[in-house]
Amino acid sequence: MNFGFSEEQDLLRSTARKFLENECPSVKVRALMDGPEAMDPALWAKLAEQGWLGLISPEEYGGMGLGFVDLVVLMEEMGRAVVPGPYFSTVLLGGLAILEAGAAAQKKEWLPKIAEGEKRATLGWMEPSAMLGPQGVTLGAAQSGGRFTLSGTKLFVHDAHTADAIVVAARTSSGKTAEDGITLFLLPKGTPGLQVTLLPTMDQTRKLCDVTLTNVTVGAEAVMGEVGGGWQPLSRVLDRATVALCAEMCGGAQKVLEMTVEYAKIRQTFGRPIGSYQGVKHKAADMLVDVENSKSITYYAAWAMDEGVPEGPLAVSMAKAYVSDAYRRVAAAGIQLHGGIGFTWEHDLHLYFKRAKGSELTFGDATHHRERVAQLVNL
Amino acid sequence: MDLALTPEQMSFRNEVRSWLKVNLPKDWVETVRAGSDIPRSDAYDFLSRWQRKLYDAGFMGLTWPKEYGGRGLTFMEELILHQEMALVKAPPILNILAIGMAGPTIIAYGTEEQKRRYPAKMLSCEEIWCQGYSEPNAGSDLAALQTRAVKDGDCWVVNGQKVWTSVAQLADWMMLLARTDPDAPRHKGITYFLLDMKLPGITIKPLKQITGDPEFNEVYLDNVRVHESQILGGLNNGWAVGMTTLMYERLALGFGLQVRLRIALDGLIELARRTRRNGSPATKDATIRQKLAQLWIDTEVFKYTGARAITKLLKGELPGPEASTGKMMWVEGHQRLQELAMEIQGPYSQLTRGSKWAIESGLWQYSFLRSLANSIEGGTTEIMKNIIGERVLGLPKG
Ligand SMILES: Cc1cc2nc3c(=O)[nH]c(=O)nc-3n(C[C@H](O)[C@H](O)[C@H](O)COP(=O)(O)OP(=O)(O)OC[C@H]3O[C@@H](n4cnc5c(N)ncnc54)[C@H](O)[C@@H]3O)c2cc1C
Repeated sequence: MNFGFSEEQDLLRSTARKFLENECPSVKVRALMDGPEAMDPALWAKLAEQGWLGLISPEEYGGMGLGFVDLVVLMEEMGRAVVPGPYFSTVLLGGLAILEAGAAAQKKEWLPKIAEGEKRATLGWMEPSAMLGPQGVTLGAAQSGGRFTLSGTKLFVHDAHTADAIVVAARTSSGKTAEDGITLFLLPKGTPGLQVTLLPTMDQTRKLCDVTLTNVTVGAEAVMGEVGGGWQPLSRVLDRATVALCAEMCGGAQKVLEMTVEYAKIRQTFGRPIGSYQGVKHKAADMLVDVENSKSITYYAAWAMDEGVPEGPLAVSMAKAYVSDAYRRVAAAGIQLHGGIGFTWEHDLHLYFKRAKGSELTFGDATHHRERVAQLVNL
Repeated sequence: MDLALTPEQMSFRNEVRSWLKVNLPKDWVETVRAGSDIPRSDAYDFLSRWQRKLYDAGFMGLTWPKEYGGRGLTFMEELILHQEMALVKAPPILNILAIGMAGPTIIAYGTEEQKRRYPAKMLSCEEIWCQGYSEPNAGSDLAALQTRAVKDGDCWVVNGQKVWTSVAQLADWMMLLARTDPDAPRHKGITYFLLDMKLPGITIKPLKQITGDPEFNEVYLDNVRVHESQILGGLNNGWAVGMTTLMYERLALGFGLQVRLRIALDGLIELARRTRRNGSPATKDATIRQKLAQLWIDTEVFKYTGARAITKLLKGELPGPEASTGKMMWVEGHQRLQELAMEIQGPYSQLTRGSKWAIESGLWQYSFLRSLANSIEGGTTEIMKNIIGERVLGLPKG
């Protein structure tokens, strides 16, 4: 047994940390989040140059062909730097959906371009009902003469406004079960009837959109995989994206802990550093426990994804349940222990706090995942 | 990253598994289905025989050197053994203070003679050990200890009182910390003795615990003459030696704690399945499900945090920050688990041993009460947080 990272993975971590400190410091994060796009072409090109846009894409599509344990390392660093922009949506949502479900031609067309940084993609699956399971997919796709007409709304779609393609989960038939009858469609930007509206969000570093489809008519070339068989690949994509999100959350929580400990050493009250007060010290110790445990369960989930073990979904839900609560607690404690300065716009803590809150409620919160754990272990 | 076992580890696992299948005491499996603790005083003989059986089969002291009675294996085998014991809910190890603390400390600091004399008999349970650290005025602040040892010829004469000394009534030996130089700074004048509990001048008074069981004791030391060859790790070096003991306690007991949490959780889930709430098993109650699932998650988290720490040990590195979290994980998780057991039993949780209505013979009531000590024994939670804050995070002392 070896539950640690390899030398290559350690190197990836130090490279990524240095890269992001240089290319995406907090001033840059703030400049990007203020704009509507949160997307910087120069940074994007550099991410492509590093190979990170194709990190988990197979080599035949211009990727690096690495696994989730490798990806986790990079995602931790991305979360540490609260990198804005469509990396997550392009690599973990749109890109992964194309890889998991796309037809050969779709993969060949999109994946190399994504890896090169030429194209971006995202995934629309949740609807205004905010339901997480397959029941939540109600956007209708009426079939006639080999063509499909899609109408309905996808909500909380990451970076749809800067994406070149949106993968949309639609209901082509009402099958025996809710899983049955879901089909994935690949809709390029500018498809007639596709309307994207950027939504104001609490976490400005992560842009969310309303994607409304009004009689969007497409042919078989837009269908990804089997008609009616879309739920399985979709749930695989969501599980994987959840693990990557957990890693990002771990990186953010680690950074908040470090910022707080540094501050507790220098900030003086009543003639001594606040870190010498147990009310502060013990909270910091609790934060460390949350951070280390979050990493442990996230690494396990990443390993489970790479190995394809049957307990994969259980590992994912354990991780998301744990990390959702942990990052929220850590980010809030970070602000508390900074006092007034922690409540300012100027201090970076709120970037982490807001990212923590958004991430907690993305792909299901702790309550949702605890229930899924209960089901998976047959409680 | 690779969680798989090597072929050698696999075959070790199979060895353990098939041995347990044949040798696990049947009456144990039938009577003890629940809890994570039993009143040890009910079962000393039984537990002593069980440890002896494990020893004879070669499963005690896996990581200890062969020449001192161990098997010279790695922490990995130790982990495998514990995991297999959890799967079958094996009885706990009686001589745990010896195995978890005294043994490793003697192996680290002992003279060749001491190393040949003591460890093997700890493993076989021929000699039980207790820990004589705490005193009425020295618990968290251990360096305040006042038990005195004064040189007289080739002996040291010990006077003082120890308290909360678990299993002293059974023990053949004590890890004794006593002050040998009252003029030196607090940490510099303490010596670690290997004390024979049969020496004249030792009086043991049992203390009844919250549970009603007398598991720990007061130990009075009146002019007890200890030979100087019983010093471990050098005169006035007892603080460093004693801290090593505590480090081993927190590290090695970590494996055991992980297993005990798992056993307790499995017991709790069975309890919840059998308990009806509004006409259905309690496991179907939405709130109980949430709490059980969280405990399941925390138990797994504890396991993987442990796996990260062991990986570092196996690579010969020092344990990182993750290693310091184990005791706190155990305490918080186990106390929450025991609270949930009471919640699931509802009004029945009030009934204890002796009532025909008591659930599972009142074992949960015992383990619930016993769990209160988890955050006190082996370093209080407040002290653990001080240690993490100061040693791991580098925050200034108060
Ligand atoms: C079931 C059980 C078995 C035990 N077995 C043994 C044994 O076999 N051998 C042995 O030597 N000892 C044993 N102990 C003793 C145990 O190690 C001590 O009880 C423990 O170290 C606390 O010391 P104390 O009881 O003196 O409490 P105190 O040290 O007086 O602590 C009282 C309270 O103050 C808090 N506190 C103290 N100092 C600080 C600080 N600096 N910062 C913040 N909070 C602080 C503590 O956390 C605690 O809440 C056992 C205890 C129990 C409950």
